[in-house]
Amino acid sequence: MGALLPRLSQNRTAVWLAIAAVAVVLLVLPFAFGLLGNAWVRALAFACLYVLLALGLNIVVGFAGLLDLGYIAFYAVGAYMYALLASPHLSSTFPWIAQMFPGGLHNSIWVVIPLGAGLAAMFGILLGAPVLKLRGDYLAIVTLGFGEIIRIFLNNLNAPVNVTNGPQGITLIDPISFGSVSLAKTQQFLGITFPSVHLYYYLFLVLTLIAIVICVRLQDSRLGRAWMAIREDEIAAKAMGINVRNVKLLAFSLGATFGGVSGAMFSAFQGFVSPESFTLNESIIVLAMIVLGGLGHIPGVVLGAILLSMFPEVLRHTVVPVQIFLFGHVVIDAEVLRMMLYGLAMVIIMLYRPKGLWPAPEHGVNPASRTATQRA
Amino acid sequence: MSDTVLKVSGVNKRFGGLQALSDVGIEIARGEIYGLIGPNGAGKTTFFNVITGLYTPDSGSFALDGKPYSPTEVHRVAQAGIARTFQNIRLFPDMTALENVMVGRHVRTRATALGAILRTRRTMEEERAIKARSLELLEYVGIRKYADYQARTLAYGDQRRLEIARALATEPKLLALDEPAAGMNATEKLALRSLLEAISRDRITILLIEHDVKLVMGLCDKVTVLDYGKMIAMGPPAEVQRNAAVIEAYLGGGHKDVATKAA
Repeated sequence: MGALLPRLSQNRTAVWLAIAAVAVVLLVLPFAFGLLGNAWVRALAFACLYVLLALGLNIVVGFAGLLDLGYIAFYAVGAYMYALLASPHLSSTFPWIAQMFPGGLHNSIWVVIPLGAGLAAMFGILLGAPVLKLRGDYLAIVTLGFGEIIRIFLNNLNAPVNVTNGPQGITLIDPISFGSVSLAKTQQFLGITFPSVHLYYYLFLVLTLIAIVICVRLQDSRLGRAWMAIREDEIAAKAMGINVRNVKLLAFSLGATFGGVSGAMFSAFQGFVSPESFTLNESIIVLAMIVLGGLGHIPGVVLGAILLSMFPEVLRHTVVPVQIFLFGHVVIDAEVLRMMLYGLAMVIIMLYRPKGLWPAPEHGVNPASRTATQRA
Repeated sequence: MSDTVLKVSGVNKRFGGLQALSDVGIEIARGEIYGLIGPNGAGKTTFFNVITGLYTPDSGSFALDGKPYSPTEVHRVAQAGIARTFQNIRLFPDMTALENVMVGRHVRTRATALGAILRTRRTMEEERAIKARSLELLEYVGIRKYADYQARTLAYGDQRRLEIARALATEPKLLALDEPAAGMNATEKLALRSLLEAISRDRITILLIEHDVKLVMGLCDKVTVLDYGKMIAMGPPAEVQRNAAVIEAYLGGGHKDVATKAA
């Protein structure tokens, strides 16, 4: 965490105090939000999942500079993997599976997380391999197609053999449990009552923090520099002996793992998945999060993900009451307003903060930057 | 260990109807500064791109340090030990000077993604070594004080130096420089020359493409002259300078007197 707080790093006590303060806030947050209703805690949990997604996409787009418009496919892969491995769907479709697992398919989180990450990584390579030579717009189009292909497969793979149950989706997905402690039930620890959403929030928070640490460490490594080099000048990077193919595939697969884990968690949290959750729109929203926050800058990406994922929740709770208060009836639906405001936010950001809300601090010394900021 | 660092022969390269290189070959001895000159469009950079793997040749045989290599993948050539710079400087513009050189260390280090995530002791030690070596190299080319500057903010001559430092970071057997003096003024050229001499003293073999005949003649041990994709002369600079075909290539026919006077 020291790298995230460069200004405080001289003073170790200050760093530890800051970390402790942030930790306390993060721990108490669901209870504070819970006062407004559990929907808010749910939104918090979803914000964590989106942070995971945004961090994963940031590896591909922010670090390696490969524009990916189909990122949500990895989320879908993770979600469906968990759904199939932890629901009665497969056993009821295939008798031989029912025979092999008479108690039904149930899998522990310790199996699911590595499996989700691994499977998504495989799909990452599957996407990455054919697009190695593409750049910019061309890459964007192919990845967009990839995302749609996965969704359409999920939508249609109910015939001839019913694997995904098509547009109806898969229901009755097991919640996550640690041994006998199920996150779907209210639990008591040390005399404090934790509702289910709170428990999920804590789980997702832990995963998010792990993801942040992984991203920071990757960025400051030999691999992170290779990604940056490819982003800046691919030919020069090759001439320096960087195996561009492997390094790009590594970016695609590592980025995908975050999506896979996030998807598996989404599936367990919802108890239901259907192809509808994995539309192009979702890919674009995740991309918007990292662009809005600050492409390639981890704190910015986290901020962007939190803002854009909490924003609809805020709108949902304010738009209708405000309109009723002002006009006496609802003029614009919250959903419509949301897309309008997303668009507006994007335009404003591109005009006034083209590098995002919280961009990477000017990298190294730049003698010209002082005059540049004065001009701005 | 053989005394020949690079041995290339029979290189042909055709772009559509243009025979860019026909039967070109060079042999560079260890520790030499080898010059490759020729008028504009003679095929110098094409030849350069062929031996460093950027272009695939139609034919040719290649050996580095006695071992045959096939220049089909650029990164493999760098791995094998040829480091190059570019005619139009190709730094990583938004990375700092230090980071640029650190990228050069990539090919000689092995930390994996997992090592980076877990911050194993080996990875951390390697990282420290990368940084220390890169700072040394910046010092060596004389731009240590700009280590934390963004590469794109450096002065032109310093960018050239940085590119050389980055190439040296790959521990090359052969340092290949594509017109390093292009666009430099007289003072910068002089400084470049002493840098190249220092590199050569440190037993690194240099292949130099250059327009500036004066620089090449003063610096190189041996020179090959290309014209229209063919080798027209090869030998020590003093000899090549008097070669009639060379004079004709540079000045056109009927200028023999002028050239002999200059020599």
